[in-house]
Amino acid sequence: MTIYIKNEIDLKRGYKTMDWKEDVKEMVYQGRIKVPYTWSVGEVGSRFFIELRDKKKIWGDKCPRCGTVFVPPRKVCSKCYSNIGEWVEVGTKGTLLTFTVVRYKNNLQSRDAPFAYGIIKLDGADTGLLHLLGEVDLEQINIGMRVEAVFGEDRKGEILDIKYFRPLKEA
Amino acid sequence: MGNRVGIVGVGQTHHRSKRSDVNGQEIINEAVSRALAGAELTIEEIDAVVIGNMDHFEGINYVDMWSVDGSGGYMKPIMKVTTGGTTGSTVAAAGYYQAASGLFDTVLAIGWEKNSESDTSAAIATCANPILERETFAGAIGPLAAEYSMYMKKYGATEDDAHLAAVRDHNNGANNPYAHLRKRVTLDDVRNSPMLAYPIRLLDMCPRSDGACAVIYASENKARKITDTPAWVVTTTTRHDYTHFGDADWTIMQTLEEASKAAYKKAGIKDPLHEFDVMELYLPASSCAVKWMESLGVCERGEAPELIREGVTDMDGELPVNPSGGVICTNPIGATALIRVAEAALQIMGKADKRQVPDVEKALATGFGGCSWSDVMVLSSSKPR
Repeated sequence: MTIYIKNEIDLKRGYKTMDWKEDVKEMVYQGRIKVPYTWSVGEVGSRFFIELRDKKKIWGDKCPRCGTVFVPPRKVCSKCYSNIGEWVEVGTKGTLLTFTVVRYKNNLQSRDAPFAYGIIKLDGADTGLLHLLGEVDLEQINIGMRVEAVFGEDRKGEILDIKYFRPLKEA
Repeated sequence: MGNRVGIVGVGQTHHRSKRSDVNGQEIINEAVSRALAGAELTIEEIDAVVIGNMDHFEGINYVDMWSVDGSGGYMKPIMKVTTGGTTGSTVAAAGYYQAASGLFDTVLAIGWEKNSESDTSAAIATCANPILERETFAGAIGPLAAEYSMYMKKYGATEDDAHLAAVRDHNNGANNPYAHLRKRVTLDDVRNSPMLAYPIRLLDMCPRSDGACAVIYASENKARKITDTPAWVVTTTTRHDYTHFGDADWTIMQTLEEASKAAYKKAGIKDPLHEFDVMELYLPASSCAVKWMESLGVCERGEAPELIREGVTDMDGELPVNPSGGVICTNPIGATALIRVAEAALQIMGKADKRQVPDVEKALATGFGGCSWSDVMVLSSSKPR
């Protein structure tokens, strides 16, 4: 019994000898899944967003064991698995660790291309915050540049309460 | 240490941007049939099946259930494994673990994807944290672009260094009849291709493909009966890291560094550049083809641009990388990392035809998932100790 040989020959000759295929127009079935979700932010994340919304302040938290200051804050240290309890207010200014300028269009993106985003290390934090870059010449973005958060007027308690980070004009 | 296990058969589809002539089961069936044919086995001789693809990509979950026409898993133990970009290499690892456990003699590992059936970027975006990261950073291209921006700044690498790696992979892909993209390109072609997200251009980036791949593992005694040239699995290792994109040091690829270091230790490899004869690496963009060579211990930090410029990883170089054309030529995501394992096995078995590297004794295959975890597998022509 060599079922496998038969299958392989079918694969090879399929297009040539099975002439019914020539009359078949391949069909696709159009579908769409649209599902609403309600994602829990958690107590730690909620406090982070409430401070952002109500006071325009950015808070992180500090691991009692390894000392890492996380922004955004989290309940458990990603590295050493310790429970984190100590809140640390970090600056709204920071340094750009890296960036990209997006040139392709995609409906998922929160901005029309071209636009820039990057990773910002806020003053006092050990980890980077992902965010958009604005009020900036897209050709003049540099790694290491100083940036500051620009807050929106109508804040809802979400990451885009910070509209974007813009280059800081330091005296 | 598990029992010794060899890869005795591999099969893959001729990968395309769209295979509307087949549905999901049927494309899986093509790869499985070819793997069985290659090993001269029947489906009755398969003891267990591991299958995987990306959640959300086709919008049909439970592939373990609905794909038995393809997998041949009717009345067999089937397990689904899905780990994002590394799905293929995790399927490979899980298949190996099952065979190495001694509980099964032959195990069939399957990875597949029909990217054409949905919006790949939307599906990939679902892997990012919805509350913190999707609005500001999600997608496949941007994070890789930001990673290379940082690397260029730190080590003085250039856009051209990545473009050279793109030329290498595209031109290798032209020798691979199964590759999705098989067009030869020049450095100028890559330089002049549209900018997607600085510094990554269109020809630097992987496509989205329809395709499937299957790999058959056999226990030591069984493997010798099936073939004279099994590709023995020496070891496989997986490493995961942080929970937020912003936590990592993006100038290194820590998970790949740790995974390869652990695998080399187990395999007794001290000088990967000279001890491996070929590598099939999951490099989703040509920029990774530069930076990640350092994480694989092939060269020191900051030396990868020179490695690429000098052609060390070209087909006629000291360590050919991606004779198949790699991921930027072929990317049915759930199959992509398993194709790395399959291609590395073909190299060991001497069955890689026009893309064959002469006299391959040791090969490395990797998988990458965003962001940013790594799988590595070491294969050998000689039975591990």
